[in-house]
Amino acid sequence: MARRLPRKDVVIVGLGWTGSILAYELSRTGLEVVAIERGPWRDTATDFNIGTAPDELRYGVRHDVFLRPRQETLTMRNNASQTALPIRKWGSFLPGNGVGGAGVHWNGQTWRFLPDDFRIRSHMIERYGEKIMPEGNHIQDWPVSYDELEPYYDKFERVLGISGKAGNLKGKIQPGGNPFEGARSSEYPTPPMTQGYAQELFTKAATSLGLHPFPRPSANISVAYTNPYGCTMAPCTYCGFCERFGCANYSKSSPQTCVLPALVREPTFEARTDCEVTKVNLSGDGKMATGVTYVDANGEEWEQPADLVLVCAFSLFNVRLLLLSGIGKPYDPVRDEGVVGRNYAYQTGSGATGFFADVKFNPFAAAGSLGAALDDYNSDNFDHGPHGFVGGASITCAYTNGRPILYHPTPKGTPTWGSAWKKAVHENYQKVTNVGAQGSVMSYRNNYLDLDPTYKDPLGRPLMRMTFDYQDNERKMANWMAERCEEIAKAMGAKTTQVNRLNGPWSVVPYQTTHNTGGAVFGNDPKTSVLNRYLQSWDVHNVFVMGASAFPQNAGYNPTGTVGALTYWALDAIFDYLKSPRALVQS
Amino acid sequence: MRRVVNGGWAQLRHALLLLPLLASGAAAEPDNYVEIARGKALATAGDCITCHTANGGAPFAGGLALQTPFGAIMTPNITPDNVTGIGSWSADDFARAMHEGRRPGGSYLYPAFPYPYYSKVTRADLDAIYAYLRTLAPVTNAVNRSTLPFPFSIRQSMLGWNRLFFTPGVFVPDPKRSDEYNRGAYLVEGLGHCGACHTPFNSFGAAKTDHYLEGNQIDNWTAPNITNDMHAGLGKWSVDDIAHYLKTGQTATTLASGPMKDVIENSTSKMPDADLRAIAVYLKERGAAGSSPPAPLSASDPRMQAGEAIFADTCSACHTSNGGGVEHIFPKLAGNAIATQDDPASLIRIVIAGGRAAATNERPTGPAMPSLGFRLNDAQVAAVVTYVRNSFGNAASPVTADTVKALRGRVTGAAD
Repeated sequence: MARRLPRKDVVIVGLGWTGSILAYELSRTGLEVVAIERGPWRDTATDFNIGTAPDELRYGVRHDVFLRPRQETLTMRNNASQTALPIRKWGSFLPGNGVGGAGVHWNGQTWRFLPDDFRIRSHMIERYGEKIMPEGNHIQDWPVSYDELEPYYDKFERVLGISGKAGNLKGKIQPGGNPFEGARSSEYPTPPMTQGYAQELFTKAATSLGLHPFPRPSANISVAYTNPYGCTMAPCTYCGFCERFGCANYSKSSPQTCVLPALVREPTFEARTDCEVTKVNLSGDGKMATGVTYVDANGEEWEQPADLVLVCAFSLFNVRLLLLSGIGKPYDPVRDEGVVGRNYAYQTGSGATGFFADVKFNPFAAAGSLGAALDDYNSDNFDHGPHGFVGGASITCAYTNGRPILYHPTPKGTPTWGSAWKKAVHENYQKVTNVGAQGSVMSYRNNYLDLDPTYKDPLGRPLMRMTFDYQDNERKMANWMAERCEEIAKAMGAKTTQVNRLNGPWSVVPYQTTHNTGGAVFGNDPKTSVLNRYLQSWDVHNVFVMGASAFPQNAGYNPTGTVGALTYWALDAIFDYLKSPRALVQS
Repeated sequence: MRRVVNGGWAQLRHALLLLPLLASGAAAEPDNYVEIARGKALATAGDCITCHTANGGAPFAGGLALQTPFGAIMTPNITPDNVTGIGSWSADDFARAMHEGRRPGGSYLYPAFPYPYYSKVTRADLDAIYAYLRTLAPVTNAVNRSTLPFPFSIRQSMLGWNRLFFTPGVFVPDPKRSDEYNRGAYLVEGLGHCGACHTPFNSFGAAKTDHYLEGNQIDNWTAPNITNDMHAGLGKWSVDDIAHYLKTGQTATTLASGPMKDVIENSTSKMPDADLRAIAVYLKERGAAGSSPPAPLSASDPRMQAGEAIFADTCSACHTSNGGGVEHIFPKLAGNAIATQDDPASLIRIVIAGGRAAATNERPTGPAMPSLGFRLNDAQVAAVVTYVRNSFGNAASPVTADTVKALRGRVTGAAD
C-alpha cells in the first residue's frame, strides 16, 4: 500500500531536457515542484571527470549512462503476424537513464523542422494530389505551425547556446547558412564550429553540384557562452566523446550545463532520484489526475499527490505510462480506433561511404554535431513528383568521433578480425568519410505501440510492445537518398564508394537512431491525437505530456530542437492553465 | 565537508551548553521584524552557519568538526534549544561570549571561535544577532564539546592565552578615513573575521598581528595574501573586482574554490553590495605587504620542460595553452594570485584532489576542476605546478615532489 506524501503543486515525471526546463520555469514562480526520476543524479563535476569521462569501454560499449534492460525494456516485432519478444540488449536505439536523460548522451545536433514539415499532409496533397500519399498512412498535419513555434525554437537555442549560421533571417536569405530553413528571428547564439577537411571537401563538392551546404547547428558549442539562466559553457575541444558520454568540458548543451545549476538553487524545487513512477493516479471519474505513484530504490511505494502532472520521460516511456495509467483510449490497429500508441515512427539511415587516397581526415578531431549538411533533399525542398515517395532527409558529412574501439571503417568484404582486418583498419582510418542521409519516417496504421500480452517488468506491469517496420515509401526514399549521397562522395574525390541502402526488415540489433517518435501525438482532432495543440491530454486536463511522443510523424532531422521548442510552447499554455485550470481546447 | 579552522588559536573553547538561567538583557521584542532582519543580515556577514552546521545537519545546530593544530573541536549548537543549544542564554550572555570568549558560567571558549574578532562588534549588532538566533527553530542536538586532548582540554589555560594574545574592545573608526573605509574595516576586522584564515598564526595559534592578512595555510588550502600587495595580494584587483568576486564567486580571470567557496556561497554573496564595496575599499586602502617575487625559472629548466609537456596534455584543453583560461568557467593562470602565492598548497591540492568553484545566483554553474592525483605522480604534479608558477608571466618558487607527497598524504590520506 502506497504511503501518501504531502501535496505538491506540480509533479514532473522524468528529469531530462523537458522536465528540467519545466521544473525551473515553474519553481522560479514559487510553485512547489517535485521531479521524480527513475535513474541516478548526474552532474558534470562529480560524474564526468575529464580523467574518466572519455572511457569508451565503460560508456561507449558498456552503456554506462543508458537504461538497463532489467529496469525496463520493450517487446518487439515487425508486424502483427509475428509474436513480439523482449529486447534483452539495447541495440537499434539506446534510451537514457538518470538526471539529464538523453540530454546527457546525445550528440547535440539541434535542428528546427522545416515549415512544410508542420503541414505535410495538406502540403503534399495540394502540390501532388492524393495519389502521392503512401498506402496505409496516418500522416497528419501538426496542430502548430513553424511560425507559431519560431519564438520557442529561438528560446530553446538561446538556453543551449547553439552554434550555427542562419540561412534565413526574417525572410532574408543569408550566405553560408541553410537557405531552406524557416525564417529565423535571430542569428544563432554562437558561431558555427570549425569544420574539418572532409567537411571542406563536402562543401566544395556539394556547391559544384548546385547544392547548398552549410555547417550543421551544434550543441557542442564553438565559444564560451552564458545562457539566459546564468549557466556558463566552455568552448568545445573537439575530443569526439559526445554521443554515449557525458561531456566533461561543459561544452555540450545538456540539462547539466544549461538548466540544473539554476534549477537546484530554487528553494521550492525538489528532485527524487532512483524513483520510478509507476502510474498517474486519476480521480474516480477518470477526468482529473490526483498525482502519481512511485517506487523508490528500496522498493517502497509512495503516492505523491499534485495538482498538475507533467509527463516528461523519454517518448516511448511516456506512451507506456499513459497506457498503464488509463489516460486516453489505447490504439486498436484492427479497428483503426483509439489514440495511445498510434503513429509510432522512427527514422531511416542510408548513405555512401567514400574511400579516399592521399588524405588525412583526422576523424579523432571530432564532435557530436561537427559536420556540414545540406537540405536540398529534405522535406519538400525538391520535386517529389518523379519519385513517388513522401518525406526527405538531411544529408551530412560529419565526424562524430574517431574512437579506438568502435570506429574502424573498412571496405565491405574485409574480415572482421585478424591481420587482414588490422591492415584494413590501419589503411583506412584516416581515409574514410561518410555522406549520410537521416530520413523521415511517416506514420502508418500498422506501426504502433501497445501493451504486451505476455511479458511483464519486475513490478508485474506489462511491457510495452513495439510493432514496427519500414514501409515501401521509406525504403524508396532512403535508397534514393543513398544515391544522392554517392554522387556527392564521388564529387568529393572518393576513389571508391560504398552505397549503404535500407534493405531488409527493421532490426533491433545494430545501432541506428534513438529518434523514436509518436504514440502520444498532438493534434486538433481527439479521434487521432492524445494531446491537444498545447500538449495537454484531451481526456485528463491536468496532465501535459512533453517530448517526441507528440510528433504526428517523424521528420528528416534530429528531434531535440523541436522537443525543446514544444516544451516552451507548452509552458506558456501551462502558465495560462494555472490561472484557470481547464481544457485549453474544447474537444 | 570538514572545515578547518584557523589553525588554531591555541585551541580551546567551549561547551556552550547548559547553564539554564536566563536574565535577558537587551533582547529585541519577539515581533521586532526590523531588528530580526538586521540580525539575520549580520549573522550572514559573520557566516555563522558555515561552522555551526554539520554536514547534512540542521542549520546552526552545530556538530561540525573544526580541525585545529591542537585537535578537532566540535562546533556548538546555537539554536535556541534550552538543553543542547543556547536557548537559556540571555542577550548579555551572548554578548559576553562574543566579546570576551566566555560562557555564561565564566568558563573559557577556545579561539577557534573567533572572539578576538567579534570583540570588535558593537553591542547593538550583537543584540540584533541574538534576536535573530532566538527566532530559529530549536533543534535538539547534543554536541561533544570536549574533544581536544590534554593539555588543550583545560579551558582555564585560555586565561593565559587571552592575556598574551587577546585585546578586547569594540571597533573604533578612524576619523581620518572615509565612512566607507571604516565600514569595511568594521566588517573585515570584526564579524567577517577574515584574518582568522588570511593571517598567519604563531605557535600558539594566535594571529601574527604584524602580518595581518598576509596569507596563511588552512586545511591544506592557501588562504592568500589579501593586502594590496602587487605580487601576492590584491594589488592587481580593482575595488569592483573584489566586490564582484565576493558577490558572484568570480572575477573575469578567477573562480573561488575551497573554503572561500563556502564563505561566498553562505555569506558574502548574500551581503548588500554597499558592504562588499566597503570591504573592497578597506582592503585596497589599508596597505600592501608581501614578499617580492623571485625571478621566474628558465623555460629550459628540466622541471619546466617536464611540466610543460604535462600541461599540454592534461591542462591546456581548458586553461588554454597560454594560460588564458575561459572567462566564468576555467580560471586564467597567467597572473593568477593563487598560482603565485609563496605557499603552493592550493595549487597542488587542486591538481591532486580537484575542487569545485562557488555557485551563486549570478553565476550558478560552479564548475569543477577534476582530480588528477590518480594519474599524476608526485614528481609530475611538482613539475606541472612549477611550470604554472613560472609561465605566462608568472614567477614563484619551484615545488618539490616531497612537498607534493606530504600534501597528498594529508589531503587524500594516501601517498603517491
